[in-house]
Amino acid sequence: MPELDEHSPVLQLNRFDHLRHFLSIDGLSRQHLTDILDTAETFIEVGTRSIKKVPLLRGKTVANLFFEASTRTRTTFELAAKRLSADVLNINISTSATSKGESLSDMLQNLEAMAVDMFVVRHAQSGAPHFIAESVTPRVSVINAGDGRHAHPTQAMLDMLTIRQHKGQFKGLTVAIVGDILHSRVARSQIRALNVLGAKEVRVIAPDTLLPVDVESFGVTVFNDMAQGLDGVDVVIMLRLQKERMEGALLPSESEFFRLYGLSEKKLKLAKPDAIVMHPGPINRGVEIDSAVADGPQSVILNEVTNGIAVRMAVLSMAMSGQIADLAADEEVL
Amino acid sequence: MPSVINVETTIATMAVELETMIAARGIDRPAMIGIRTGGVWVAQRLRQLLKLEETVGELDISFYRDDFTRIGLNPSVKASSLPFETENRHLILVDDVIMSGRTIRAAMNELFDFGRPASIVLAALIDVGARELPIQPDVIGHRAHLEPDERVKLVGPDPLQVEFRNKVRT
Repeated sequence: MPELDEHSPVLQLNRFDHLRHFLSIDGLSRQHLTDILDTAETFIEVGTRSIKKVPLLRGKTVANLFFEASTRTRTTFELAAKRLSADVLNINISTSATSKGESLSDMLQNLEAMAVDMFVVRHAQSGAPHFIAESVTPRVSVINAGDGRHAHPTQAMLDMLTIRQHKGQFKGLTVAIVGDILHSRVARSQIRALNVLGAKEVRVIAPDTLLPVDVESFGVTVFNDMAQGLDGVDVVIMLRLQKERMEGALLPSESEFFRLYGLSEKKLKLAKPDAIVMHPGPINRGVEIDSAVADGPQSVILNEVTNGIAVRMAVLSMAMSGQIADLAADEEVL
Repeated sequence: MPSVINVETTIATMAVELETMIAARGIDRPAMIGIRTGGVWVAQRLRQLLKLEETVGELDISFYRDDFTRIGLNPSVKASSLPFETENRHLILVDDVIMSGRTIRAAMNELFDFGRPASIVLAALIDVGARELPIQPDVIGHRAHLEPDERVKLVGPDPLQVEFRNKVRT
């Protein structure tokens, strides 16, 4: 989605080159991404305290606008906002006024009139969070919690944090992303983040039917075969087979998919012995990953969930901070 | 500018005062906590002088500041690290410079999120007055007066030096 991402840098950053919205990995430098990871690292410590809460966003209101179902992302955004002492509104879109015919922009204007400071947006339409960020007042920051097939930047950043924790750095790493690349906004954001952060090689392993036509232009090496693709990798990222996005017969059957592209203990042995196994969840056991691997010693899947809270705390507080700095500068100009 | 205060001697005097005070209060095995960055350096010197076994706890108060809504997040924030339980412990909280008292308020708020301490003693290397909150250190190394455009900073960690500088105008 090149035309979408051309707007991201201008929209996402304030006049001091700090995060103001968080819409996409595109347009962000290695320094921006490293700042997010470093800030998230400090929030991990907060999660280990007896009182897992800091007063940073006290008095601020965060609205979770999920136009598409989500459990993990929504709950970790909610926990992140609450651990920053913000008040959280969960708007249930299916029962809200939009289902009574209210337009999106009317709904957003109403939320602005309630002095909501941040919108966390999940939408089936690629570009919806960009559209919202373009239309809101300067007193709102927008965080993309996943849009269509386009981007899921907080998921990518929590994965980067997990990789950095286990591997120390990105330099020299070979990372394989396996499965349904075609429908995956997570994969798009991960590939971009890994390349910006300086990974040695990013591989995608999938049948041609589950690869976007221009996939090489993302900066990846393409493999159709697990045995070749997993050879010597440091990190294996399994993607969920997105049954709800499957249109037409892209696959012969789930069992056939598992036989060819599912991660079993045997196939994992092809990767480096200290390779870590990741999955953005929710996992389909026996479809893309074997239970023995998902629950095995190389799996860091639950670390990803814990890191998700810290990364979302970092992004919420940084975007709020960027908004505040911009508003303060506006006042000085006046 | 050379240091006008001999920092090591000042800290040695503070250690003696602290020792007398904690003995008078009947405090056994206090835990030492420094506020980043300068407060940690002073706390580490005090820990050696008081012969305390435990590592110094390090507090980063960035998430507890009362000016987030005006200036935003400190970009160089680091995780606080308290390598001991604070619940029911007697704590010695150390900072390099005390002025408005807002840093100490933030630090105490943060400490209470780790548990309920038995008591807190406050020690500051330099007190420049200009308090905006009712917070006073129990032990003060050196009192100084600052001109309105003057700032004081502890530079370290080896050697520790106090620098007075004029605030850069923007």
